[in-house]
Amino acid sequence: MKFTYHLSQIKKSDQKCVGGKASALAIMAQEELPVPKTICISTNAYNIFMDETGLRAQVLMEYHRKQFDQMRWEEMWDCSLRIQNMFARTPIPSTLAAALMVEITNCFDNSAVAVRSSAVGEDSARASFAGLHESYLNVRGPKEVLEHIKLVWASTWSDAAILYRKEIGLEVEKSSMAVVIQELIQGQESGVIFGRSPVDHSKAVIEAVYGLNQGLVDGTVQPDRWMIDRDSGKIVSHTPAQRAKIVVPAAKGVKVIRLTTGKRNKPPLTRHKVKDIFKLEKRLAKLFGSDQDVEWTYDHSKLRLLQSRPITTTGKAKDNDDRQWYLSLKRGFENLVDLRSKIEDEIIPEMVSEAESLKKIDLKQLKDKELATEISRRVDICEKWKKQYWDYCIPFAHGIRLFGTVYNKAVKPENPYEFLELLEGTALKSVQRNEQLQRLANKLKADKSLRVLVRSGKLPEDSKFAKEVAAYAQELLTPLLGMISQSQLRAKMLELLIEMAEMGTAKKVIKDQAKSNLEKRLLANMPKKDRTFALELMDLARTSYRLRDDDNIYLGQIEKQLLNATQEAHNRSSIVSKIPLDILRADESVKCLRDPNYRPESRKSKPVEIQDRQIMPRQLIGQPAGSGLATGRARVIRKTEDLFAFKRGEVLVCDAIDPNMTFVIPLASAIVERRGGMLIHGAIIAREYGLPCVTGVPDADKLIDTEDQISVDGYLGIVTISKKLPIKHLKTTTNKDG
Amino acid sequence: MKSQMSLRKQLKELFDKQRIGVLSTQKKNRPYASLVAFAVTDDLKSFVFATPRTTRKYSNIMASSRAALLIDNRSNRMSDFRRAMAVTAVGNVRELRKSGKNRLIRLYKEKHSHLEDFIKSPTCAVLCLEAETLHVVDHFQHVVELHLNK
Repeated sequence: MKFTYHLSQIKKSDQKCVGGKASALAIMAQEELPVPKTICISTNAYNIFMDETGLRAQVLMEYHRKQFDQMRWEEMWDCSLRIQNMFARTPIPSTLAAALMVEITNCFDNSAVAVRSSAVGEDSARASFAGLHESYLNVRGPKEVLEHIKLVWASTWSDAAILYRKEIGLEVEKSSMAVVIQELIQGQESGVIFGRSPVDHSKAVIEAVYGLNQGLVDGTVQPDRWMIDRDSGKIVSHTPAQRAKIVVPAAKGVKVIRLTTGKRNKPPLTRHKVKDIFKLEKRLAKLFGSDQDVEWTYDHSKLRLLQSRPITTTGKAKDNDDRQWYLSLKRGFENLVDLRSKIEDEIIPEMVSEAESLKKIDLKQLKDKELATEISRRVDICEKWKKQYWDYCIPFAHGIRLFGTVYNKAVKPENPYEFLELLEGTALKSVQRNEQLQRLANKLKADKSLRVLVRSGKLPEDSKFAKEVAAYAQELLTPLLGMISQSQLRAKMLELLIEMAEMGTAKKVIKDQAKSNLEKRLLANMPKKDRTFALELMDLARTSYRLRDDDNIYLGQIEKQLLNATQEAHNRSSIVSKIPLDILRADESVKCLRDPNYRPESRKSKPVEIQDRQIMPRQLIGQPAGSGLATGRARVIRKTEDLFAFKRGEVLVCDAIDPNMTFVIPLASAIVERRGGMLIHGAIIAREYGLPCVTGVPDADKLIDTEDQISVDGYLGIVTISKKLPIKHLKTTTNKDG
Repeated sequence: MKSQMSLRKQLKELFDKQRIGVLSTQKKNRPYASLVAFAVTDDLKSFVFATPRTTRKYSNIMASSRAALLIDNRSNRMSDFRRAMAVTAVGNVRELRKSGKNRLIRLYKEKHSHLEDFIKSPTCAVLCLEAETLHVVDHFQHVVELHLNK
């Protein structure tokens, strides 16, 4: 069985064995085009690795743990993380490793190489594999190269590859991946050329940066762009970049450094070089029979071709847009550092100040039409901040993922989520708020007469305790809680406090010693020179983890001001009061206030479906998101009342937990959520309190009823319904609109 | 979760395709499992099987009529973890009167014509497990119960 191929040995019939990239490089090399020295590790090696180690069977189990149509992309990321960790922990069989080492040593010895994926089918113009698999630059020495081959193999199962599995034909049984090992060319200028612009088919596009083109590919470095008329070869336009950074080889891998002043003011390519690159693409298009997307680099004025692939022709625009958005979530460290400053220094302070300034407006003083204008303005403000949330806060969550990837690569832990323990306990807003609630519960516990007053409903509204509870309730009053008055909320909050007082102090988990040990473990497994980076990344990931939860609370405070304005409209008009108090229906309140003859459309609420009682769900599969095992009565959260009816020891079951509803968590024994992922709010808060948690349970809130006896296995991600509520006890419940 | 109709259809297809299941019986705290050729009625309630009266399973059933029958479509490949379905029918076992008119025995003979001589023997008993619940497992750990008498 042949494990390695030199480019000169690759025939057309070897394509399935060497993948698209190697195949294209071989064609170019055999035409004597300037391709760096390259060897290919065939798919035979991947298959031996997968089958001899039993990894294929493990991947199969993980990959099919849930049906794909029931998985969110976050769950796919989790699935990928678990698979990547399996690869990291599985050594390459010794005979295979020895065979590969000999070939790598013979070809490259200790010189720097690039280790790139060469997926089978990648040469096809039908599917674009761009951004789905990994490449590593500046790897030295056979041992390191071998480790990186495994990383490229593992990227067969990257989150993006799993997401686009159908398009790229990813199947466990038939999966394979070849790897290209290429002499690293330390180019001074690098870039890509698209033989045909995706926007204007009459033009070709060249993008170029100083240094290695890694920065261009991952978006860290902004490129200069040239448009060239395909027929005449004339340069039509040049759009200079704001040249600031350059990616260069580090001792190991690459690093981003500042660009010298001289280069900042000078485009990376001369007109002459632009034309040379264009001419070369023309030649490649002729050679391959279609327009090409080519990666190139200039090595001291010598143009070298790093890879060439056909431009995808049939991808639907929408799919490409979705992919672009998805891939844009994967940010580099530098980019995340910039995002962090943007969020911490601009977005959050502005959100707080926006909420404060809205709070100052006395809504009661506004005339009806002014109130309508104010509601419209607040709708726009909410939209503006939601957009900021999507554009900045969601991508910033990738900080957690990047840290997880680096941690797992270095430590190769048994539990692929071990890294999360290093991020917990970062003073989440929701936890701080729960601590405040716990203090109120402790007061109640310590004061018997106060407890008697509260229980009897005779606590004077102007008492100190009542005021404290009212102030807390005010904080909670967000759109999530819907139509509930301040006094109702206070009363319900007192009931909840009684429940908490009876339970005793909530058990927030403190794991300082364990954290310190894990940190030591991470640093011990990192090369000395990378330790500072590891600490910086961990700090960034902690912020990312904290903000993942907190930014929703800040957004909730702004939405609350919109809710207050619609509440004011409700108080004024009997017609408006017929519209459910929901910020998504604020526009109808505006119409009512502006036009006394306007009548809102009545929307009947859908009753929650009651399942066929002959088929009883017994064991539901989700994702393990918080380790532990708990059994208790289920409390399914479908409306505000369900939250306040929460009793200690119950299992919280819901569609999706919002940080604005986590005040009941200290009472819960476990959490079950329909929405899946390790980084969703339910999972984050569960880990803070050390609660077993299973997320991504399809239809959890429909299949489980309040009062069902359930067991939550947070290790395996299984929810077992051990005692189902008899049908005679079931009442038809309505959703939030009802 | 599947609708009852689609689940029943899927189960019927499985039962029609499979010829043999694993019968679990017990006596005096001594559990026992054995392979039996089975046939099932359209309402999925009656699972018919046959055994010589001298067997351990028959003796167990006579001592305790509660039993379980496991029917599955595994193929002994890794893909079973994803694709295989296993159904355990739980209920009471009763012996059928051997009459040519008995529709359950007719059903059994139609499916297992090669066992006609076997069941004709006076030493062979034809039994029926009247299932109360079918426990259906697929996707390795996903479990639903179909309660037949509700």
